[in-house]
Amino acid sequence: MPMPDWLRSRRSKTTNNEDAALWSKCPKCGEVLYRRDLVANLWVCPRCGHHFRMSAFDRISTIVDGDFVEIGADVLPRDPLGWVDKKSYTAKLAADREKSQLTEGVVCGFGSIGGFDTALAVMDFNFRGGTMGTVVGERITLLLEAALQRSVPCVIFTASGGARMEEGMLALMQMAKTTAAVTRFMEAGNFFVTVLTDPTTGGVSASFAFQSDVILAEPKAMIGFAGRRVIEQTIRQKLPDQFQTAEFLLEKGHIDMVVDRHSVKATLTRLLDYAAQGMHGRRGAFA
Amino acid sequence: MNIIVEREKMLLELEKRIEALRDAYAQQPLDMSAEMAALEQKYAEIQREVFGSLTPWQKVHMARHPNRPTAADYISQFAQFDELHGDRHVRDDQAIIGGFAKLGARAVVVIGEQRGRDTKENLKRNFGMPAPEGYRKVQRLAKLAGRMHLPIVTFVDTKGADPGITSEERAQSEAIAACLYEFTISPVPIVATVIGEGGSGGALALSIADRILMLENSYYSVASPEGCAAILWSDAGKAEEAASHLKLTAQDLENFGIVDEIIGEPIGGAHRDAAGTIARVLNAVETALAELAPLSPDRLREARYLKYRRIGAWESERREAVRTGA
Repeated sequence: MPMPDWLRSRRSKTTNNEDAALWSKCPKCGEVLYRRDLVANLWVCPRCGHHFRMSAFDRISTIVDGDFVEIGADVLPRDPLGWVDKKSYTAKLAADREKSQLTEGVVCGFGSIGGFDTALAVMDFNFRGGTMGTVVGERITLLLEAALQRSVPCVIFTASGGARMEEGMLALMQMAKTTAAVTRFMEAGNFFVTVLTDPTTGGVSASFAFQSDVILAEPKAMIGFAGRRVIEQTIRQKLPDQFQTAEFLLEKGHIDMVVDRHSVKATLTRLLDYAAQGMHGRRGAFA
Repeated sequence: MNIIVEREKMLLELEKRIEALRDAYAQQPLDMSAEMAALEQKYAEIQREVFGSLTPWQKVHMARHPNRPTAADYISQFAQFDELHGDRHVRDDQAIIGGFAKLGARAVVVIGEQRGRDTKENLKRNFGMPAPEGYRKVQRLAKLAGRMHLPIVTFVDTKGADPGITSEERAQSEAIAACLYEFTISPVPIVATVIGEGGSGGALALSIADRILMLENSYYSVASPEGCAAILWSDAGKAEEAASHLKLTAQDLENFGIVDEIIGEPIGGAHRDAAGTIARVLNAVETALAELAPLSPDRLREARYLKYRRIGAWESERREAVRTGA
């Protein structure tokens, strides 16, 4: 299906402006890749299978069938602590808006996935490392509340360095706020899936990322509570490469599946189908 | 090194000398009471100067003071306590203590984060940093409270959740996420008190509550100042600077609408009058429980939802900025 114009216009600059960046180098295998091939391959290195981090709108275009109706886009950040270190928080936000072409670290809305109406949130590491501040918390909460009202399932793609330092405790409290929204959504019997992408750590992994019914993860995604550096400093030794990867978590029993990006949409569709039948079952008897 | 302990040394020395003088004068026929009173007044002045207004960084150190009352000290002043152990899966995490208790005549389930006072005790308590097993014990106790219709009382005091290899292997994220979930849906009143350190998600896991109380010199932060400095500037040595930015004091949190009540401490910190501090805290907890007792499970959960729903600072076309920080 061709990409709708609204989506084309919102995709990241680098993918549109191919003159500016024709080539990308795979950080894993070093292969130099023609950007257009990389985009066509869903930002997966054709040589080694490395999953590049993906911008939110690129991701959405690979997941929804057609239309995507964004909600919460009018919720914008403020600077509640008046934070200034080397740069002011306001300046950091402005720089990331320019860099990512996003207004905040998550994009939320409704669309259909494999024919199933779904609430979808996609976090973007390019905006303040996908950290959760007030706006990320508020947009996800609005999405879950709207999804609850419509009785549709919710899928969240996570990518986050954790809570956003520059919003202090107001950022930490977004874990509590999103949890509140998740509980209402789930306790009402709605289906919740999270897809953990690289990286998913800290306040996001310790809240909605691990509260869902089914947890998927992309290959080699770094997922954990404490960052690798923090653990290495605490125990004063190097950690094995495998530690905190999606595959490691699968082996330990923390997540349900590791899914290649090319199969994510198909996998979600199958899961949404099971849930849809379950919803019908609840309304009447088992057919 | 604790900067409060350092500052205290001089004062404690002065206190000792005044005490010695008092004893010496007592042996003599002269009436030195006026001189003693003047000396004590002078001492009080110095004390106010040293401890009257603490910077955020000094408060962080006050919260970490080795003599500061710990969760066990508070629980020991309950009328009754029967400790329950273990997560039913792996082990009994000593950084979490909890069980049935009576606060006055009221039966409750009490849960606290427990640090040690010395190295030996801290090794046993993992410096008050709970592992996933600890948070699973918390969930178990919270569920138990819900089933038994007993209110939950928590004491928050942790640098943060344990950041070790086994904790990651046992899903620290999931353990905390599940605590948040469990407290959010709990049908019983929950009163949390931050008594020392409120370090990040590890503290949040015990403080989804209907009332959050906070001791004057405790702190509650998105990350420990050291952690924040490491994350933002790759330099844990800049912790003092981070503390000044983070807005982590009880007063800041009350301004944000996160903390409901600040409980005062004696000058020089809670440990200067541990018994009095503990009595005031337990009194405040009892009052909060009495206020919450008449509320039905649905009303409690509704109010809890709205309390957290409001927190934040954002702009929107639909709604003007809600909570402001300043």
